[in-house]
Amino acid sequence: MSHDNPLIAVSELKKVFAVRDENGKRGEFVAVDSISFTIERGETFGLIGESGSGKTTTGRMVLGLEKPTSGSVTFGGNELVGLSDLDMRRYRHHMQMVFQDSGSAFNPRRSVGAQIAYPLKHFQAASAADARKKTLDLLDRVGMLPSHYDRYIHEFSGGQRQRLGIARALVTDADFVVLDEPTAALDVSVQAQILNLLKDLQRERKLTMLLITHNLALVEHMCEHAGVLDDGRLVEVGPVDRLLSNPGTAITRKLVDAVLEPELAGAAR
Amino acid sequence: MTVHNALDVRNLSVDFHTDAGVVHAVKNANISVREGGILGLVGESGSGKSVTSLAVLRLLGTSRARITSGEILFRGENLLTKSDKEMRAIRGPHIGLVSQNALSALDPSFTVGAQLIEVIRVHQGVDKATARTKALEALELVALPDPKRRMKAYPHELSGGQRQRVVIAIALSCRPELLLADEPTTALDATVQKQILDLLITINSELGTSILLVTHDFGVVAHVCTDVTVMRRGDVLESGTVEQVLNRPQHPYTQGLMRAVPRLHLNDATRSVPRADRRLFEFRGDTTKENADVA
Repeated sequence: MSHDNPLIAVSELKKVFAVRDENGKRGEFVAVDSISFTIERGETFGLIGESGSGKTTTGRMVLGLEKPTSGSVTFGGNELVGLSDLDMRRYRHHMQMVFQDSGSAFNPRRSVGAQIAYPLKHFQAASAADARKKTLDLLDRVGMLPSHYDRYIHEFSGGQRQRLGIARALVTDADFVVLDEPTAALDVSVQAQILNLLKDLQRERKLTMLLITHNLALVEHMCEHAGVLDDGRLVEVGPVDRLLSNPGTAITRKLVDAVLEPELAGAAR
Repeated sequence: MTVHNALDVRNLSVDFHTDAGVVHAVKNANISVREGGILGLVGESGSGKSVTSLAVLRLLGTSRARITSGEILFRGENLLTKSDKEMRAIRGPHIGLVSQNALSALDPSFTVGAQLIEVIRVHQGVDKATARTKALEALELVALPDPKRRMKAYPHELSGGQRQRVVIAIALSCRPELLLADEPTTALDATVQKQILDLLITINSELGTSILLVTHDFGVVAHVCTDVTVMRRGDVLESGTVEQVLNRPQHPYTQGLMRAVPRLHLNDATRSVPRADRRLFEFRGDTTKENADVA
């Protein structure tokens, strides 16, 4: 692929977990097996696979939340693998994650506003007033109200929780966001709102995103490029327009066939 | 009157008495499952679709839930007038349930085989050896690989799809005439979802089991169902065959639900728009909360 200046470059990334079998014998489980891909600035890359294929582990390694067994991850040309926790901290505010269930990623006992503003106050030495103002602006941008700042996470619906999760990911002006099944738990109407919001934010902020999902329709909608993981191996990478219309591997074809659309067989598409 | 439908819910209303007041969860709903048909009961959170299916089984267990009006006709009899004892003889042998979360439907401390055998013995009054044979048959029916070995497995040793097959096997072990499946594939991978849905189709065609499938996904409906009923905020908005509803949805809400879903196969008009500019259709869904708890 002719990528000149990718924001994220993953090379020969590998994760091996030590496991014990039924008899207590030590063994190794290769969760991610020497995968390589790049993500251009401002683009969304889709990482597709069934459960257990290694897509979440890959996302966590790219963010430095999981230590790779070997391989390299660069962010804007800087190597992240092997950095100390302290050195990694310089990058953390550039790289964030939105989870499937943002509700469980918030502390139930603190107001959501305080949690979103936290990194501003503590790591960028913004004044309390500035942090609050920036958080309120961001809440407004993701479609929430100023009065929500002092509320607690249980007071919100699934879609609102996801909006709050996105606000928290973006409060430090992140350049790169990993989205791990961001709409899997949402109603159809809410999913449409969240996906549209993500596209708007991407354009406004030139966000680079990694979308982890097993739903190919999401990838078709969101991503220019994507890769397919099968048993930890990246079996196919390429432009989504080719990948999904002309799958090169059995697993991609299986995932394509598994997409159920609200049209009856034989109906014109 | 001759009974043509496997299930007729007539003018059903269900209220929940909460601290904040009365919530009308189901309002005067009419829902029918045709004999040998698969009805998709479609709606978003708060639509009353799950409450309706629980009402059929009389499993609205809290003192806060009240069925305020209506009839639920099953084999010509109104289930709402049955005693608890009579209902116990209907749940299982005549109406089976498959819920969304297979892991919580199974007991973690007993093997799959033990749980199947218990259900078969309770409902069919057969001896242990016969029950074991029937349990094996049930696992074979749902195409669980290596059923003999799986009988000895605990739920945590199985994958999500395998667990859901076990739950379906338990529900079918007494050969019920009607199967209630509440979001049976929502927690599963796309590929596994398709396998489980195909299993439901096989069961429907081979055993003639009528199915009430609660779902939020019109893709699932298009793949599996013969009929559809759409609910929102406790109201039935639209009912018909899948051909009627999917090809010519009448209600704006139904149209919105179908248009808001991201598609894999795009029409030429959509494909000609650059991906960054493609937007999903947004409509005011109903997740009552999304609009209500903002205040």
